[in-house]
Amino acid sequence: MKATTKRKESVFRKIGYFFSDKEKLEPTLVIIFTALFSILLGVGLIFLVSKDPVQSARNFVLGPFMRTYNIYYLIIAMVPLIFTGLALCIIYQLHYMSLIVDSSFYMGAVIATAIGVNVALPAGVHPLLAMILAGLVGGLIGILPAILRIKWRANELVSSLMLNYVFYFVGSYIILYFLRDRNQAILASLPFRSTFALPKLIPNTQLHAGVLIAILFIVLVSIFLYKTRWGYQIRVTGANPRFAAYAGIPVATVVILAHFISGFIGGVGGAVEMAGLYRAFIWQTNPSYAWDGVIVAMLAKRNPKYVPLSAFFLAYLRVGADFMSRRGDVAFEFVTLLQGFIILILASDKISNSLKIRRLRKAALASEQESKARTTMPSTEGNTL
Amino acid sequence: MTNFVASVFSSSNYWFIVLRSTAPILLVTLGAVITEAANIKNMALEGSMLWAALMGVVVSAWTGNAWLGLIAGIASSVAIALILGLFALKLDANPVLCGVALNLFSSGGTVFVLFSLTGDKGISSSLSSKTLPFLHLPYIENIPWLGSILSGQNIVVWISVLAVVIVHLLLNKATIGRRIRATGENVEAAKSAGIDPVRIKFLTLAISGVLAGIAGCFLSMGYTSNFTSGIAAGRGYVANAAQVVAGGTAFGAIFASLIFGLTDAMATYLQNVGMPPELIQALPYLVTILGFIVVTLIRDHREIQRKRRLFEGDTGSTFGRGPGRPHQTTGEAAS
Repeated sequence: MKATTKRKESVFRKIGYFFSDKEKLEPTLVIIFTALFSILLGVGLIFLVSKDPVQSARNFVLGPFMRTYNIYYLIIAMVPLIFTGLALCIIYQLHYMSLIVDSSFYMGAVIATAIGVNVALPAGVHPLLAMILAGLVGGLIGILPAILRIKWRANELVSSLMLNYVFYFVGSYIILYFLRDRNQAILASLPFRSTFALPKLIPNTQLHAGVLIAILFIVLVSIFLYKTRWGYQIRVTGANPRFAAYAGIPVATVVILAHFISGFIGGVGGAVEMAGLYRAFIWQTNPSYAWDGVIVAMLAKRNPKYVPLSAFFLAYLRVGADFMSRRGDVAFEFVTLLQGFIILILASDKISNSLKIRRLRKAALASEQESKARTTMPSTEGNTL
Repeated sequence: MTNFVASVFSSSNYWFIVLRSTAPILLVTLGAVITEAANIKNMALEGSMLWAALMGVVVSAWTGNAWLGLIAGIASSVAIALILGLFALKLDANPVLCGVALNLFSSGGTVFVLFSLTGDKGISSSLSSKTLPFLHLPYIENIPWLGSILSGQNIVVWISVLAVVIVHLLLNKATIGRRIRATGENVEAAKSAGIDPVRIKFLTLAISGVLAGIAGCFLSMGYTSNFTSGIAAGRGYVANAAQVVAGGTAFGAIFASLIFGLTDAMATYLQNVGMPPELIQALPYLVTILGFIVVTLIRDHREIQRKRRLFEGDTGSTFGRGPGRPHQTTGEAAS
């Protein structure tokens, strides 16, 4: 009895600490503020263009929770965002800007398709092999912009965007010429073997085991970045590459390793998406989850711990927009417009740091006054003596 | 194979397409060159082109005048560039990230606006938009091979040639160009000379917006006669790579954008020989990266040679090897 009350208290106290510790609270607050702001902005846009704005806005804001199917869909929509978000967290820890994760993800899906169609294996091993191979290919693709930057000082963002076009065309070439189902009118690969599908967590829904893999990766990347030597080296290199080099960290190796791991995560993400959600490769264009990953990683402040929350927010926006566009006259692309705007707001330090700056200024003022008080005391003593 | 290459390069139609597909890249590359001269990266060129292409089509369909469409396109493109400036220069955002954000904003926003106006997400064919005029040159037309290349090109092709000269003069001869380069090289020094770096950077962004706007309008009102979603197809990004290949000069931009134009035009011919179209479409982007690597390698090699010559020249002068040498090397060092 006593023990339980004590425990309850400690939980409350913990919550109290959480809310009083502004350092910890801030990322969560930023995510919530951004979410509210972008929902408001989205509703405003809907009222600007829709003929039936109230219904469309209702579908957009409440749609994700209106049906159980939509809630499952919301959880599944988080999976690719978590993978690309985690991959970009690592890149952003390095203070690099590469967006090659897009290629890693897409080619991961292509490789997984090839294995899902052509290789005969027992149920559990089949998707696992696909994920590992897709990850390796994704990782190898991922290091290309890093090599270009280190060897030839090519801006990694520009080269990765160009490579994204190259790999998109190469991937669709592989699907079209080696894996295409010629009986289908639309562009689709041959159907996957039945052993390739990931098991469903709840039967007769879309909720697949990929969610668990995504959670596993969140934990793994958290540990990797904050508890291992490699992770530490990555963070130091990102914070100050010159210092890292002086401290004896092999900067080039660390950068390439980080890109490999980031690409690996992207590749696995592509494979999970294929094995979990689809029966054949049916992407007509590149879904470009990397761009969503940019927001996820930025909102999470490059910390994998906050990735689920920011992925949830983005998935909510996307599912809401999807639900609305199917039932109204507003195009789904308006969510892309919102996303661009969110990145703009998040990227501008003056806006996103205004909270922090105000707090720091207050703290500085307080400490200044304190030190003033301290310095004046002995000086008066000195005068009297 | 050699037969094929020879037949392509001797065909006047090929060179006609080369000029046509080089022009937009050239214009945007010039935009990238001028902002890079002031040391700010305009990654939003892609988004600028998209908005220009859309607004050009929409306004020209609405007013029935292609030139008004061009003006509206340029205005929207400049607006995007100035938004980038606002966030990057006034609100301390990372300019590269802002550019990426604006491109995302534009790729979604143009489709959103197109759908809201026409009910179609893919193409603006329901709008009766105008195209910018194609110029038939009276005497040059009759020259056998050259005439069919130069005559019948869109006016924007000639504007792009003109833009090279203007940007060259602006950067190298005008006072404002000197201010731009001073800002790009050393902000503190520029400030102490009474230059407002923020204003200069805004100015270069606006100029690059104008250039990207013309290029964007050309894509939807000349190169093709419709706006399609994602019509810029990464040309804004290609321009940022081509700018490096150009080495920051206006005439270098011709060379850099020709790499893209030559491959892009070759694509249609390779398709006839039976190469899969997917791989051909990937080619221009791949070649741009390769061009980038080659140019960097050459530049590094030259740098090493220059340093070696400088070193040898120094020792040479002390040992009286030749009077002309040290002077020459210092001249090179300054350049």
